[in-house]
Amino acid sequence: MAGFDKRVYSYEEAMDGIESGMTVIAGGFGLCGIPENLISEIKRRGVKDLTVWSNNCGVDGFGLGLLLEDKQISRIHASYVGENALFEQQMLNDEIEVVLTPQGTLAEKMRAGGAGIPAFYTATGYGTPIGEGKEVREFNGRHYILEESVVGDFAIVKGWKADRYGNVVYRDTAQNFNPLAATAGKITVVEVEEIVEPGELKPDQIHTPGIYVDRIIQGSFEKRIEKRTVREG
Amino acid sequence: MALTREQMAMRVARELEDGFYVNLGIGIPTLVANYIPDGIDVMLQSENGLLGMGRFPTEAEVDPDMINAGKQTVTARHGAAIFSSAESFAMIRGGHVDLTVLGAFEVDQHGNIASWMIPGKLIKGMGGAMDLVAGAENIICTMTHASKHGESKLLEQCNLPLTGAGCINRVLTDLAYLEIKDGAFHLKERAPGVSVEEIQELTAGKLVVPDHVPEMTFEA
Repeated sequence: MAGFDKRVYSYEEAMDGIESGMTVIAGGFGLCGIPENLISEIKRRGVKDLTVWSNNCGVDGFGLGLLLEDKQISRIHASYVGENALFEQQMLNDEIEVVLTPQGTLAEKMRAGGAGIPAFYTATGYGTPIGEGKEVREFNGRHYILEESVVGDFAIVKGWKADRYGNVVYRDTAQNFNPLAATAGKITVVEVEEIVEPGELKPDQIHTPGIYVDRIIQGSFEKRIEKRTVREG
Repeated sequence: MALTREQMAMRVARELEDGFYVNLGIGIPTLVANYIPDGIDVMLQSENGLLGMGRFPTEAEVDPDMINAGKQTVTARHGAAIFSSAESFAMIRGGHVDLTVLGAFEVDQHGNIASWMIPGKLIKGMGGAMDLVAGAENIICTMTHASKHGESKLLEQCNLPLTGAGCINRVLTDLAYLEIKDGAFHLKERAPGVSVEEIQELTAGKLVVPDHVPEMTFEA
């Protein structure tokens, strides 16, 4: 890796340095735009006791669901964790701690973490179990709770195209949490469908500027669909 | 007769205005998209990062990178925009969405809503519901008026853990259309053939009934 060339050529190299007990922030919504090969590499390495920040936890046998098989995740911060039998079982057995977090608060925790903002006030969750024990302040007659941001040891991200400088663009709704996760990792690893020549991505169309990105790898993706819904026609 | 799910969606659709940005929750709210009145253009917001949700795709159009917040494959309409989850909730939390329609287990006369958790049952999470109810000024809650056992879901005080406090101002049930203000449910309309007495019977919270309560009408 010389200068601004962020490219790596194996998944082993891409996840170099990940250890048990670390915090990992992952992009994706359901199975859409998840860093599927980086997750598989974490599974292969067998690191344990991970704290994961992700909107969801995959499904049985795919996405972050893979990391449940060998009990690699000890805590997850997520907004919705349905559709996963193994997850339910581990939750009921207290083998995994679940910190349910409102979706917008989860996104903002990542955004703020990456932007150097340690905490922020939001009305979301005030007067609910989510607000219990959190600092409350009133602004203009409304109540807000203080939510702390997050920075991960690693951020794992799925992009569409990138250049060697680590500039990334996302495709359609596979964007979701990815650009936020990308800002919030001490080491940010982005896997993409295609690494293009510098200059092919227009500077004003970049979603994630390369300054946030440490490693880029090109991979191939299954892109499993969770709920295929079609109309006649 | 209690309203069908389709009639509930039809009634909610009458609250849409030309140029509205609207977020529709899962279930009956989703059906509202099928009854947008002619001559009215609305943009549907899907909180995974899509403003301008279109129809479901044909088999040939299916794209794993295009889904809605219910994780269903979907298309984007003309004029759509796609963005990150932080941007999506900035528009929700910032009050830029004109109307939010969502379901609930319970609402109460103070505008509190419980929709995400039943203690003792498996808890799957709140998704974006807490952000939606905290951010929107204009929310319609769609729900059945009472449980199958005849227990009211329109209460003095919610029993279940809340999704949001003091945020709901309109409720459409299978029996009635009501507004919540000044610590009471105000009966505005009743389902065809449903009497004020029946609604009163199944409303545990404080109910204000005007002299005349019009009956909803639906084209056959």
